[in-house]
Amino acid sequence: MLAHLPILQVIVPLMAAPACLILSRPKLVWLFTLLVSTITFFISIFLLQQVMSTGTVSYELGGWSPPWGIEYRIDKLNAFIALIISGVSTVVLLAAQTSIEKEIPENKQTLFYILYLLSLTGMLGIVTTGDAFNVFVFLEISSLSAYSLIALGKDRRALWASFQYLIMGTIGATFILIGIGLMYQMTGTLNMVDLAARLPEVAETRTVTTAYVFFIIGVCLKLALFPLHFWLPNAYTYAPSIVTTFFAATSTKVAAYLLIRFTFSIFGVSFSFTTLPMETLFLALGLLGIFVASTVAIYQQNVKHVFAYSSVAQIGYMIVGFSMSTHAGLSAMLLHMFNHALMKGALFLALGAVMYRIGSTRIDDFRGLGRQMPLTMAAIVIGGLSLIGVPLTVGFVSKWYLVTAAIDKGWWPVAGLVLLGSLLAVVYVWRIVETAYFKTPITGKDPVKEAPMAFLLPVWMLVLANVYFGIDTRMTVEVATGAAQSLFGVAP
Amino acid sequence: MTMILGLYNYWIVIVLMMIGFYIIIAHGHLIKKIVGLNIFQISVFIFYISLGKVDGGTAPIWQEGIILYSNPLPHVLILTAIVVGIATTALGLALTVRIKEAYGSVNEDEIQAMDNQVMASQEKEPQQC
Repeated sequence: MLAHLPILQVIVPLMAAPACLILSRPKLVWLFTLLVSTITFFISIFLLQQVMSTGTVSYELGGWSPPWGIEYRIDKLNAFIALIISGVSTVVLLAAQTSIEKEIPENKQTLFYILYLLSLTGMLGIVTTGDAFNVFVFLEISSLSAYSLIALGKDRRALWASFQYLIMGTIGATFILIGIGLMYQMTGTLNMVDLAARLPEVAETRTVTTAYVFFIIGVCLKLALFPLHFWLPNAYTYAPSIVTTFFAATSTKVAAYLLIRFTFSIFGVSFSFTTLPMETLFLALGLLGIFVASTVAIYQQNVKHVFAYSSVAQIGYMIVGFSMSTHAGLSAMLLHMFNHALMKGALFLALGAVMYRIGSTRIDDFRGLGRQMPLTMAAIVIGGLSLIGVPLTVGFVSKWYLVTAAIDKGWWPVAGLVLLGSLLAVVYVWRIVETAYFKTPITGKDPVKEAPMAFLLPVWMLVLANVYFGIDTRMTVEVATGAAQSLFGVAP
Repeated sequence: MTMILGLYNYWIVIVLMMIGFYIIIAHGHLIKKIVGLNIFQISVFIFYISLGKVDGGTAPIWQEGIILYSNPLPHVLILTAIVVGIATTALGLALTVRIKEAYGSVNEDEIQAMDNQVMASQEKEPQQC
């Protein structure tokens, strides 16, 4: 049983998805989905512990030994990402039933959970698999369910956003497919470990460079790296609140994982950063992403749009860490992936609570909410502070590691720009706080009640996690630096 | 000359891919976009299929006297990708139907214009009250 954990993590939600149809009553389906997600969460905790104490776990699917069979390979890096995904998924699901009662018609609620589980399957599959083609298959499982989930939004613009995402996402996935095909052509293998061993022999060829470039562009489309982010803001804004929370906290992390996995463990640092000018390219795109997206976020009228653009900016920070190609930079990126999942999870879920009460997330409708929904707004404030990077929150931890990594590398201007980017976050968070607390509410409107417990509990779980991991950083830092270390194969 | 004739399968792939990509970008009609997406994906299918072909090799079925076989793995892989492509097309068409119902149009520019109008009217609203 224990030996099968790597595959169970993927199979359990996959098998559970069609089983939802049998239960059919939305409440029951919700409890079932929650149970399944909790199981994957416990599996990922267990796997992480196992990996931290005994090292990489390899699982042979169907007993076929790699590189011929498909191998599932869990190391520190993907155990960490799987923990983020299944953890956020479980917490978000606590609020799911309450939230979708208002946002999705009853006859579609069961379908919502099925799609949710399939999306979870896809993401966990991408993360755990050790086979390059498997990555593509799981990517499409998660993407196709993501398009349908976004299209469930109440607003008709959700349909249009979903269609645009479908076009962009499919182009991205097809690029990834081309990349994998070219890699297979040059090496004759799809197993990641085997690929890593065989690619250096042929690294000089143009085909391998093309393979890498196709793959990376495909991943960057999925990652919504500036300037390939155009699908993201509308998709996040018009999707149902639960969907937005889940995707904002997890789906970009999965793409970031692919970027790390293929750049560092498969193609190797010497190929991607020495042969190709990836350092300059990613640094420039990361910094541009931070400034352009943060500036655009300031001018948005919908709070969901504000945080969606802020997500694009946060991806910029991750990519800046990535572009350093040092142990410290990569640790900072991994830390920020974990921390960003906590911040955006808390913020979007709190917005879900606002949506539940007032049916809108336009910034003008936030007037007076500071008094009427004190606990929800307090959560948004703390989440916002974390986004800015105020001490005692997780945002500070990741910014601190990012800035020290930049200084270590001798990139003083970059460290300065990262801090300057935080100031832009101050502006857009302040706009929301000001509207909620200091503007007089619109007269003649019924006073709004505080959000129900079903929302407050998961929101505050995430908020407290924001504070807890901002103070006690031992666990996250140990795992992130450990994962970065294993990618470089040497001690720092 | 061998560059052109010897690698003709790649040229077909590239041409198809660019045609598909061009349709996706240049056409505003949503169904045409999906068709473009299909051509784009099919070019990659052909790439994979031609990848597995070994010159002079036969179908990978064991038979006496034959020593050279084509590589069946890319063919199997692409079966999966074809299924994914069908699912994507189906979902895209379903979305198009829903978009037609909601907007009354399947033209990118018209839909975008309607969305922009809604956005603009929402921004004005607060000044009135």
